Amino acid sequence: MSKTSGRTRIAVEATRSSTIRLDRVGIDIKGELFRAVLLFSIMLGLVMLATLLIFVAIRGSDRLDLNLFTQMPSSINTDTSGFLPAIVGTTYVMLGTLVTIVPLGVSAAIYLEEYADRDKWYNRVIEVNIQNLAAVPSIVFGILGLAFIVRGPLSLGFVAFAGSLTLAMMVLPTVIISSREAIRGVPPTLRDASLGLGATKWQTTWRQVLPLSVPGILTGTILAMSRAIGETAPLLLVGATTFVRFLPESAFEGAYSAIPVQIYQWAVRPQDEFRVLAAAGALVLVALLLTMNSVAIWLRARYARQL
Amino acid sequence: MATTTITSTPDAEFSLTAKTKRIGEKMIVAWLFLAAALAVLITIGIVVALILPTIDFFREVPFDRFFSMEPWAPLFATPTYGVVHIVAGTAAIVIYSSVIALPAGLASAIYMSEYAGPRTRKVLQPLLEILEGIPTVVYGIFALFFVAPLLKDNWPTWIPGKLGEEPGFQFVLAAGLVLGVMIIPTVASVAYDSMNAVPRALREAAYGLGSTRMQVATKVIVPSALSGITASFVLGLSRAVGETMVVLMAAGAMANISLWPNDPILTMTAFIGRTATGDVSTGTTAYYTVFAVGALLFLITLTVNLIAIALVRRFREVYE
Repeated sequence: MSKTSGRTRIAVEATRSSTIRLDRVGIDIKGELFRAVLLFSIMLGLVMLATLLIFVAIRGSDRLDLNLFTQMPSSINTDTSGFLPAIVGTTYVMLGTLVTIVPLGVSAAIYLEEYADRDKWYNRVIEVNIQNLAAVPSIVFGILGLAFIVRGPLSLGFVAFAGSLTLAMMVLPTVIISSREAIRGVPPTLRDASLGLGATKWQTTWRQVLPLSVPGILTGTILAMSRAIGETAPLLLVGATTFVRFLPESAFEGAYSAIPVQIYQWAVRPQDEFRVLAAAGALVLVALLLTMNSVAIWLRARYARQL
Repeated sequence: MATTTITSTPDAEFSLTAKTKRIGEKMIVAWLFLAAALAVLITIGIVVALILPTIDFFREVPFDRFFSMEPWAPLFATPTYGVVHIVAGTAAIVIYSSVIALPAGLASAIYMSEYAGPRTRKVLQPLLEILEGIPTVVYGIFALFFVAPLLKDNWPTWIPGKLGEEPGFQFVLAAGLVLGVMIIPTVASVAYDSMNAVPRALREAAYGLGSTRMQVATKVIVPSALSGITASFVLGLSRAVGETMVVLMAAGAMANISLWPNDPILTMTAFIGRTATGDVSTGTTAYYTVFAVGALLFLITLTVNLIAIALVRRFREVYE
């Protein structure tokens, strides 16, 4: 806060407590109405969130049992049909995404924050590209995955790792942007001290800057993973579509499924049992996400002002 | 002057330049640069992945047929390719969802920045983040199993004409409504950030002149944050254009040019998703159609984003 704003505050306090204020005693109908409209707008989203959570909980509670986690999907025994292949598939896909985005995202962030000269045209191109990628529709990443990873140059086929790479490309901007913020938050004096003692630039980055930015990077990674775990559309294009009644052999071979894709497949079937199953799956997915989000929020709150 | 000689020693032993060439360190920097450049590679990859099959598509289907008014039925025995029908479907969804998302997002942002106290804000912000983080497939289920039946059962059938007809299981209003609420946090968070950046002194000056809270919000904060608000709107629009799961599940599968809320429609994203889940073999025209539609979708979202950037640059307010 600058000095001016301090003075202004005093002036405002004075105005508020002065007699002029007495002129406006009474209810400001227009103002109150405006406040009500604002409150209604923000409540619209929250009420829908509550309704959605209650709806999924009620609808899915009938099938929220152990079978949901331990059984294969089945069209015949709908009472015991479960999500096991989808859970295993999601685990594979997520592990693949994690090991891809962390080194790449953090490296890119280090380059852009510590090494890049912002006046160079190629660095500006990189920055603009990262911003643009964040705005590309997710299904376009699915098309890219289909053309480049499943078929085309990489030719991995419809395997879990193809899904991992597709999702990794999609959430990479999130990791880069949050890692950059974390790195920027490290005080410059620390770098100067390290450099002054004779450490090289990389030694400074690796031993001083990076350890201090871990909480921020971790928060960004959790948020990116929570976005990836709920994403369905790109996975539809890179193979997680087949009705899988077996577990994927590994991340690199065999058909796979993923929890959101399985939910979608159950949901579009006309029979009610499948819709209940879909709701139960959605409940599990939402619970998983809420856990991940709260860990991220807790981490951010804990480390936000410690530097 | 001559007595105080500063002995500059160009040939001294002490030097700040590194004794070794530090090849390892240079290689690390090269790797870091490559990681950052990957973003450019991905963008190039998207463009190449879309353009090559799109060229193949236009080799088989003439340009003017794709953009003609003929029906959209690329998977039929005698295929027709009037893409206008699914572009219109996308437009309908964007209109319905932005009617909800834009005003409600802006109002939420105003409430958070000008009305809510710090404690309320601390509760509201994570809640909005959760709303943003719910998987789209869950929103799809909600739209299909809860909102659509609810609307269908309470449809105002007493209205004469087309508007009074009871909708089917999937129709544009159900998807647009849910999508609209889903986008509120996106609009709200960007708009809130730009309102937060308006200097405090500006508010205080307005209050000092006797403005009410509503006057400050609508006449000072909103105009000052206009660039950010515009950006938030455009971002919301481009999310509505690109969203897949909700429209795939709740908007229907009929390529319609229609703005009636009770009609089913097909959007570009829903077409891509629907075709991908079916059996489409490589090399067929149907396969290439996915890429042609994808290219058009990418082009539209890119244009929208460029407009956003241009608008922001034009309206940007500079504070000292």
